[in-house]
Amino acid sequence: MKHASDLSRRRLLLGGAAVGAGALLTACTSNEPDEPSGGPQTAAAGNNQNAAPGEKVTIGFSAPAADHGWIAAITSNAKAQAGAYSDVEFKTVEAGADAAAQRAALQTLVAQKPNIIVLLPHDGKELNAFGLEAMKAGIPVVNLDRAFPDPLAYRLQIKGDNYGMGVSAAHYIIDQMKAKSVASPIIGEIAGMDELELTQERSKGFTDTLAQAGFKVANRRAARFTADSGQQEAASLLQALPKMDALWNHDDDQGIGVLAAITQANRKEFLMVGGAGSKAAIEAIQADSGVLKATVTYSPSMASSAISLARLIAQNKGMSDLVELQVPKEIILASETITKENASNYLKLGF
Amino acid sequence: MTAQTTAAPVKEPEKPAAEERRWWRVDSTDGLWRNLALVGVLAILIIAGIVTKPDLYSDGTWVRNNIFTILELASVIGVVTVGMTFVIIGGGIDLSVGAIIALAGVWSTTLATQDYGPGGMIFCALAVGIGVGVVNGILISYGRLVAFIATLAMLVAARGLAAQISNKQTQVSTSDFINGLAANDFLGVPVLVYILAAVVAAGWVLLNRTTFGRRTVAVGGNPEAARLAGINVKRHTLLLYALSGLCCGIAAIMLTSQANSAQAAMANLYELDAIAAAIIGGTLLSGGRGTIIGSLLGVLVFSTITNLFAINNLSTEVQNMVKGGIIVVAVLIQQIQFKSLSQFFAKNSKITTS
Repeated sequence: MKHASDLSRRRLLLGGAAVGAGALLTACTSNEPDEPSGGPQTAAAGNNQNAAPGEKVTIGFSAPAADHGWIAAITSNAKAQAGAYSDVEFKTVEAGADAAAQRAALQTLVAQKPNIIVLLPHDGKELNAFGLEAMKAGIPVVNLDRAFPDPLAYRLQIKGDNYGMGVSAAHYIIDQMKAKSVASPIIGEIAGMDELELTQERSKGFTDTLAQAGFKVANRRAARFTADSGQQEAASLLQALPKMDALWNHDDDQGIGVLAAITQANRKEFLMVGGAGSKAAIEAIQADSGVLKATVTYSPSMASSAISLARLIAQNKGMSDLVELQVPKEIILASETITKENASNYLKLGF
Repeated sequence: MTAQTTAAPVKEPEKPAAEERRWWRVDSTDGLWRNLALVGVLAILIIAGIVTKPDLYSDGTWVRNNIFTILELASVIGVVTVGMTFVIIGGGIDLSVGAIIALAGVWSTTLATQDYGPGGMIFCALAVGIGVGVVNGILISYGRLVAFIATLAMLVAARGLAAQISNKQTQVSTSDFINGLAANDFLGVPVLVYILAAVVAAGWVLLNRTTFGRRTVAVGGNPEAARLAGINVKRHTLLLYALSGLCCGIAAIMLTSQANSAQAAMANLYELDAIAAAIIGGTLLSGGRGTIIGSLLGVLVFSTITNLFAINNLSTEVQNMVKGGIIVVAVLIQQIQFKSLSQFFAKNSKITTS
């Protein structure tokens, strides 16, 4: 009998602990900050006469399911920009985990008959066929970031300049090395996912520009755009190069891990350039307390621009600064270098 | 009668001669040889490093830092592999370890949890890890789902929940204590290495010196015989998955500390790394055999390869191919120790752990 009561007491304690832990855990899932943080990056609807309400248009939107900050910012920026216009109805579909899932989602979007579709494909080559189909069916397609190879597949292609990111980063490093009179600097590079074409383009821009000055990359590690992979690759890189002069990290989100690795290894003899322009990175550059001295932009604000331009295309308007009456076919956004001097201008663009 | 008695003595001397095995091939030293082989592989890798980069290896402080870097690189995977070793010895498999780490990490770095300070974050990560492990265990032992399927489903579901909670953002850890776990040394040795050593030691004691460990080997070797011997196989399997979940919770804290942040995409493909390390460490995928020290050596081999490739500026593609090659070679060598392929796949009750 005592054995049975021991068991039931143990069961009661265990059960109570489990319920208590469960209750505590469910209370701990909220992510509401105490003060509201900066909002999404939208176009100022004030001075532009193009922003005055015109005919009602429906914009369909699809982007890959976000698994890191940049892609999440794309979707939230697009939503916010569409919300800023009173004459835009915004229809979005969850694009799923790969190109096949996105194709299926896009079929449902087309069935809702939008006036124009803004699309960030999982892979430009794999969704090129969809672009051709939609254009033939009379729905213009705005291709965002990852490029369709066929010009017939899109009405407007708006993307960042991956090659240009590498060029800007290299120019900054070259200038800094010349200013410090370092003859043959040891340069490290932490790239993103190597299987993506954009990573290859960024690295190529970097190495090409460095070669012009006679420099080269001493060691290059490829992380996976996540903070923990950034930390692991950076820790390995710091071991491989016991003394370094400059480091370029392709993405500021994985840069959280890279900076953590640098702090853990207690190294500060080099300067670091980031990429993509996250808010945390811009603030760190302004504060100038660590090795991060600059970053080169690849801003998810391009989604907001894509929505603005999609609206113009659907309403048959052009861009006000251009003489021509229609929106251009391809827009490549410049990769801008953010340093301590101009950081305050870019804070609102940080994601 | 005479014929039989003369026939018998002729046979007798043969039998003891056939049964007499060399002392170094007896079962109890099987595990020792396997572990020594892994130590040999490690030595070869270190020598390869010295040969290719003599300028780096000539500096004593650099070598010391490099050893600690390798150990820190191995620490998170090592903790996960300890839990995975238990699960695999027990006859199951846990494909969801990476997802559990991501969920525990994300849950413990939400703004609400960070308000409770480092204690709250640690409690949260461990509780989430154990909780998900218990769910896995219930599905597999009481729900009678195949372990592969149940943990595969959990892999997808847990990452989805992590993405939902974190809203796909990277959640930065503002706790100095947690971040300090990866940055600080205690008596010259990084804290993460101490945590790894503690978990490995606890795992070794649990497997080799407690009835829990004995029961794990029994359940993995022959579940029906274990059940008939009086072991509550279902409850034991549940506890094994809970243990794996606990290890994932500890790993989540360590990884959050290393990266100063957590996100839903963290710990990508850690389940494959943990299974590979356990396999080359000598754990039998069908269950019933395995050692903690072997799994630790497996993890160290992979970390040393990563370090070797990094200091020689070789690309990750070649590294992945080499890792795959090592796994195949390790399994082939284990096959040679068995007389036939069928014995390799059959549950061999004579084999013991060490």
